[in-house]
Amino acid sequence: MTIALETKGLVKRFGGLVATDNVSFKLEHGARHALIGPNGAGKTTFINLLTGVIKPTAGQIFLEGQEITGLRPELRVQRGLARTFQINQLFPAMTPLETIGLAVSERLGGGRDWWRVTGSKREIIDEIVEIAQRFRLTDVLDERTSNLAYGKQRLLEIAVAFACRPRVLLLDEPAAGVPEAERHELLATVAALPRDVSVLLIEHDMDLVFSFADRISVLVNGALFTEGTVEEVSTDPRVRAVYLGESVDE
Amino acid sequence: MSTNIADHVRSSLVRRGRWGIGEILFWLIAAATLYFLPERHLILNEIAIIGLFALSLDLILGYAGIVSLGHAAFFGLGAYTAGILARDGLADPLLGLGAAAIAAAILGFVTSFLVLRGSDLTKLMVTLGVALVLGEIANQASWLTGGADGLQGITMGPILGLFEFDIFGTTAYAYSLTVTFLLFIVARRIVVSPYGLSLRSIRDNPLKARAVGIPVNRRLVAVYTLAAAYAGVAGALLAQTTQFVSLDVLAFHRSADVMLVLVIGGVGYLYGGLIGAIVFKVLQDVISAWTPQYWQFWIGLILVIIVLAGRERLTERVRTLWKGVAGRTAKSPETLPKTSTREV
Repeated sequence: MTIALETKGLVKRFGGLVATDNVSFKLEHGARHALIGPNGAGKTTFINLLTGVIKPTAGQIFLEGQEITGLRPELRVQRGLARTFQINQLFPAMTPLETIGLAVSERLGGGRDWWRVTGSKREIIDEIVEIAQRFRLTDVLDERTSNLAYGKQRLLEIAVAFACRPRVLLLDEPAAGVPEAERHELLATVAALPRDVSVLLIEHDMDLVFSFADRISVLVNGALFTEGTVEEVSTDPRVRAVYLGESVDE
Repeated sequence: MSTNIADHVRSSLVRRGRWGIGEILFWLIAAATLYFLPERHLILNEIAIIGLFALSLDLILGYAGIVSLGHAAFFGLGAYTAGILARDGLADPLLGLGAAAIAAAILGFVTSFLVLRGSDLTKLMVTLGVALVLGEIANQASWLTGGADGLQGITMGPILGLFEFDIFGTTAYAYSLTVTFLLFIVARRIVVSPYGLSLRSIRDNPLKARAVGIPVNRRLVAVYTLAAAYAGVAGALLAQTTQFVSLDVLAFHRSADVMLVLVIGGVGYLYGGLIGAIVFKVLQDVISAWTPQYWQFWIGLILVIIVLAGRERLTERVRTLWKGVAGRTAKSPETLPKTSTREV
């Protein structure tokens, strides 16, 4: 298998605090990889480094073999690295249709297009429809995003990232806060993501991790603690001690 | 099933580009005033110019979320550019408009890099500062601008070599209205384009816009430059139609008034600036005829009421009424490309 996303010796210091401690990590092509760790382990910092929201103190990041360490966030998206946010980051006043249409037409270069009415291109329409169906948003396309049920907003969050046609998709706690009744729909769409998209899942919810991932990395105090198959990690007594033990206490 | 959805998707996206009945009526009435209100053309000319100026502010404030207290910098630069050209013998109005647009666009492009950083407060202060600097330069460079005496000796040639400006302001009004209308069409087209959609997304959530791959800063630079050009054209129209330019075009009250006009009319749907300009000038006219010294008291009071009562609520009520009326006579009108009104 080839490597979709790789970090080499990634370090991030905030003053005296080492938030990311020499992380060398590989995400294989087509992987379903979960990143877990107790609160404050540096999972969000790691995501922010990958997406370019913050710059690393040291180390390198590669997307499909090409270095992206110094690239601006939007250029990383254009190269095929998309993310969702742990707390919904949506456009409250826009409809899901406009939101998905925005992402699709941006990717197809339409964002510089200022004279054509949005939606006059066939390829854009077709892709909006495909994404809306995949993420079960067809019945709410014209609602104001702020009026959507929370589960639908969560779906839209993933749909927008997916509309960027990522090679690598970073899902930051996709199921966080979704009520039980809407959970099934969300998990089903996440499970049905196409295999050619490599997924890195950051998650607290162990059920979701075990059902979705085939590999797990454990982050503790900013450093990679261990990595292995679901089987290996879930039976590792040290992981139980640092992570699973704590999650029971929470 | 999926073709139905595709049709639905297409129609709800494309609908935003179509003109509604209300819009067509608005412009028909505007054109009709050329014939039916001949004695009002001087003030109507001013309304068209202020409307265009406020439209320009709406492009950056309503669609991109950039606040500005110094928009007069571009208006004034456009006015002086057109005025100086005409004084020095280049009397063709369209040439002056083009030159004013380019000069203002250049200033907009350069200052955009100062304006785009920082918070709303920073933006307010930087835009204000730029306008003050420009005002003082115009004051000092009296060899070029006439300084505090104003720019004298502007004589305009006929528009397209055909239409001479007249003392009743009819040609002037027709000219300003036509230019405003043409630029409005362009702006209206832009806001429903993918580019316009990306501006709205930046206004609503810049973090997310970046995460969708939108080069946020480049988009904002582009719209700020465009808005500056629009304001420059508005200033040029004023210089050409009144054949006079004074430091007043760069004054702080210009920037404040245009903000006031836009807030009165409503932010983020393009007609706000035009409607605001009508309301503002008519109120100014009516109130100052009634109580010359205190008209600003009343306009201030109206502003406070509009902002506190929330125009969203006021216009929503009117819109519901209108839908009720129109629904009985014809199909309901297409709503404008409305985005949520920002609380200012």
